Amino acid sequence: MLCERCKEREASVHFTKIINNEKTELNLCEECAREYQEKFSFTFEPNFPIHHFLTSLFSDAIDTTRDRTLHREMICPVCNISYANFANSGKLGCSYCYENFQERLEPLLKRIHGSTQHSGKFPQRAGGKFKIKQQIRELKSQLQKLVAEEKFEKAAEVRDKVKELEAKLKE
Amino acid sequence: MLKDFVTTLNTKWLDASGPHTDVVISSRVRLARNLKDLPFPHLMNEEHDNQLIEKLRTTIDSQNLVKKTGPLEFTLLKELNSLEKRILVEKHLISPEHAGSSSGGVIFSKDQSISIMVKEEDHLRIQCILPGLQITDSYNMANTLDDLLEENLDYAFHERYGYLTACPTNVGTGMRASVMMHLPGLVLTKQVNKVLTALSQVGLVVRGIYGEGTEPLGNLFQISNGTTIGRSEEEVVTNLSSVIKQIIDQERVARERFYNGNKLHLEDKIMRAKGILENAKLMDSDEALKLISALKLGIDLGIIEAINLKVYYNLLVAIQPAYLQYTSGQRGMGPEERDKKRAEIIKEILRK
Repeated sequence: MLCERCKEREASVHFTKIINNEKTELNLCEECAREYQEKFSFTFEPNFPIHHFLTSLFSDAIDTTRDRTLHREMICPVCNISYANFANSGKLGCSYCYENFQERLEPLLKRIHGSTQHSGKFPQRAGGKFKIKQQIRELKSQLQKLVAEEKFEKAAEVRDKVKELEAKLKE
Repeated sequence: MLKDFVTTLNTKWLDASGPHTDVVISSRVRLARNLKDLPFPHLMNEEHDNQLIEKLRTTIDSQNLVKKTGPLEFTLLKELNSLEKRILVEKHLISPEHAGSSSGGVIFSKDQSISIMVKEEDHLRIQCILPGLQITDSYNMANTLDDLLEENLDYAFHERYGYLTACPTNVGTGMRASVMMHLPGLVLTKQVNKVLTALSQVGLVVRGIYGEGTEPLGNLFQISNGTTIGRSEEEVVTNLSSVIKQIIDQERVARERFYNGNKLHLEDKIMRAKGILENAKLMDSDEALKLISALKLGIDLGIIEAINLKVYYNLLVAIQPAYLQYTSGQRGMGPEERDKKRAEIIKEILRK
């Protein structure tokens, strides 16, 4: 992205300002940032193109700007890929990225798939516990439905089954 | 030996067997899998490549696997030239992206109903493709193979996210189930857009197989599941299958209505198509796709009786550019030579 001030060079410094609980962000290139800090580190000078920077904040750049500053800080320690890198290429670096970028990936998965919970197959060898957990999840949602339908007898049966499985999980 | 393997038209899905082949060309299931301890393909170095390849070679040679799926053959992509790889794309056995790669490989069963892309976007893309509407069978095949591979491979799997894939659009089941349909009836009666838009509302994705824009060439459409996490494989396959069956019904009704209302015109169109296919001296691929679509409709409606449906399937591959060029043994054919060769091959296949 381009520097919001000179609109010429690549922005590489990101400022976050909180005034009256209003969070604002500014993305500048190194040169403009240096100027900005020297001149405005304590007060806003009238000659700073403040309206300029405000309009850019009200554009849809706001969210993406904030996202980008966040992404930049996230790096998967296993494969060394950054979230920004993933955002560019669409490819994660390794299977551990899913854990390491979890907080960013959750909403993304929700957007793409409408769900973030796998409910399909498990690897046979490694999947014993997963399978039980999945059964518990399924039974619990069944339970909710039964309670809502006031089918309490059947619900009690399902509840006992859940307990049984939970005990099995602890073994 | 290898050359035969690439060019053979004895590929399972090309044998035109299976249910509903009047409307459904093929059914394919693809499972994306990765190994836990390797970075995803785009970050792999040579050493990782070798590890992956070695691991797979021993896995596919395991006795249990061979006993259940028959022997699988591993071919490194670097052993194939670009034309050969493109033919595999034309036969829907590997993806265009994979054909562009020179590392990694591909594993085939003898009848090519199983193909595993090694080091495509994911470490493994297990694919099973069968003719007609056999999406459940394709899934069962892929599922069994997946279990057999897993006996010896540690997959990257997450309790919450399921099978982990390089791109989050595939995470969860890692499964893409797709059905290729031939829908001339819905196109002729101008209903196809209406039907296909409805599909997006039930979470399915449609695209034309050939050609871009609104009118896909050859009336071929691919319909597949859009998402991979949240629903089980069985649910996805069952849902897809029931939607496909409805489209099959609609397509059949559309064909019948159109035929009844325009008998002479449709017969004329089909017989002309047959005549051109049998006699033309030059044939470009767009025209060929349109004409063989009409030919297939003629076969399905019983207007053309002397030609077997398998001919259509064979033509579908044989008219493709890489296949043409490779089988003619000529390098760097110009467009005109290709069109000439295409016309010849079509005639040859129709005479069989």
